[in-house]
Amino acid sequence: MSVENEGYLTIEELKAAGQYPSGARFQEGPVAVIECVQEIPCNPCETACRFGAIRVGEPITNLPKADEGKCTGCGLCVARCPGLAIFIVDKTYGEGLGAVSFPYEYFPLPSEGDEVTAVDRAGRGVCAGTVVKILAPESFDRTPVVTVAVPVGKAEDVRGIERAGQAGGQS
Amino acid sequence: MAQNKWEVVVVGGGPAGLSAAIEAAKSGCRTLVVDANETAGGQLFKQIHKFFGSSAHRAGVRGIDIGGELLAECEKQGVEVWLNSVAIGLFKEKTVAVERGFDNGAKSVVVLEADRIVLASGASENAVRFRGWTLPGVMGAGAAQTMINVNRVLPGKNVLMIGSGNVGLIVSYQLMQAGADVKALVEAAPKIGGYAVHASKIARAGVPIHTGHTVLEARGDRRVEEADICAVDEKWQPLLETKKTLAVDTVTIAAGLKPLVELAMMHDCQMMFHPVLGGWAPLHDAKMETTSPGIYVAGDISGVEEANTALEEGKLAGISAAESLGKIGEADADRIRSEIWGRLDGLRLGPHGVMRMQAKSEQIDHYKSAQSA
Amino acid sequence: MENRVENHVVLGMEPPQNLVEITVDGKPVRAREGEKILAALLAQGIIVNRYTVKRGEPRGLFCGIGQCTDCAMVVDGKPNVRTCMTPVRAGMVIETQHGLGRRANGTE
Repeated sequence: MSVENEGYLTIEELKAAGQYPSGARFQEGPVAVIECVQEIPCNPCETACRFGAIRVGEPITNLPKADEGKCTGCGLCVARCPGLAIFIVDKTYGEGLGAVSFPYEYFPLPSEGDEVTAVDRAGRGVCAGTVVKILAPESFDRTPVVTVAVPVGKAEDVRGIERAGQAGGQS
Repeated sequence: MAQNKWEVVVVGGGPAGLSAAIEAAKSGCRTLVVDANETAGGQLFKQIHKFFGSSAHRAGVRGIDIGGELLAECEKQGVEVWLNSVAIGLFKEKTVAVERGFDNGAKSVVVLEADRIVLASGASENAVRFRGWTLPGVMGAGAAQTMINVNRVLPGKNVLMIGSGNVGLIVSYQLMQAGADVKALVEAAPKIGGYAVHASKIARAGVPIHTGHTVLEARGDRRVEEADICAVDEKWQPLLETKKTLAVDTVTIAAGLKPLVELAMMHDCQMMFHPVLGGWAPLHDAKMETTSPGIYVAGDISGVEEANTALEEGKLAGISAAESLGKIGEADADRIRSEIWGRLDGLRLGPHGVMRMQAKSEQIDHYKSAQSA
Repeated sequence: MENRVENHVVLGMEPPQNLVEITVDGKPVRAREGEKILAALLAQGIIVNRYTVKRGEPRGLFCGIGQCTDCAMVVDGKPNVRTCMTPVRAGMVIETQHGLGRRANGTE
């Protein structure tokens, strides 16, 4: 598995783990994509969801199961996941545009409107993106959540942005 | 000398020691924590990430915040904490020699009498030896983590990380949070050792993770200026034709930890070697008592695990010490212990946990056979 | 520029610090009162703390928690002081340690 050797998941691995939203669900609007495929003792995502859409149960090493019908794509789980492994993907964001929300625990934070390089799970720049939202309320406990708009065809690949000062990005 | 007589003396004020002290003090034991550092909390104050675990028990809370909560609870429960104080000896009569530090920098050696002793001395980082490993700029991953998160200085700007256990993965991430760049992470084993979610965080931040690779050499004039890495074959031998040179000023080593067991050995606690637990560790029973009656262990000294298991083991030791002093009834103690064991069993599941679960139960089995022998 | 982590997404801004002056190998260095000597030096890019007894090899930060002694220096005339454990006080005189270090009174 690529995740065991290079550290990042492929969509095929995610689909094989049974955690990937259906194509139909993506067409309905924002939805959580939970990229947690190893049985580790952890369950805060379960209580983070107000809609009961995430189930871990007992033992707490169970993989989280998302009910895509119940998930509203609200994003409350994103900052709660200690593994920073939950993303909100919205393939209906705009004409030809998708939006991806991800936890971003680096300073400096980008600003809304910034043009950035969007990166995939392996950290490779895949397209240009526009930062459209930054949320960092106290309840997120210092895990800001950034939303970036990207071409809709890249929304399933984009999982972050190049950091300011990152090699390749700057000095 | 009331100052030198205690019902419970806890050596080490990390997560295990503090939670042991809190439980003992809550049950009414006169409790002292001896800690070598300027601040208690052990390594919690450099754990700035959110912990895994059950949301019913502080999962999702950052280590630094757990450290703060424990210190506040110690104060509330009247636990005495001696800082800058090193336990330098442990003797048969359950006396502990402590080089006690004072605020003005003075030090003096005192010998404490303790009815019960909890050893929670933690662990130390393993080194990896390679050409140039003693050059300034080569350091433990934990040392780098202390610098950035506690002392708030960057030991370097461009880092090569050795080791893909959770420490290597987490410290890589935190080095980037502090403003450094991690040029590569090498892991000699064919697979990443730590949690996939930690690896994924640094992978999407652009850190190349090279499994099946090792470090060959660090070079530089009085400090690291570059380092060579290369692939290894299935017998762990370097494949020199794959050598690559990286421009880095820092090489951080995350090659696991080993229990700090000197005090337990001084007291002839029986030990067991277990690679999963980091090496030699004292045998103990389900109450965390060692083969030396009245001496308990908790946290990494009893086998290297994680902060969340250390917190639970500390509670086991604290409650059991209090019970043995008659401060808490057997039925209550049993009930609390079985709740704690339920949580510990939960934390020791999954592909990463189950090996530790197995190793810990071997420890307890060996304790039983040592006692019956 | 100092190698400081001034602002941090989790730790926030560094709280205000009391700045003091210390002397390192004869040169004045600005440090934060109470921080570890080792940290004050690293912030200035000073990474060698001592040279070994036999081969005169440089050593610096290795464990950061007082176990390895690689960061030992001569502090106010006293050799073998672990700088990762020892807080800065105003006016401290710090010297790179060569070998076992020389006490202020000239004895090894």
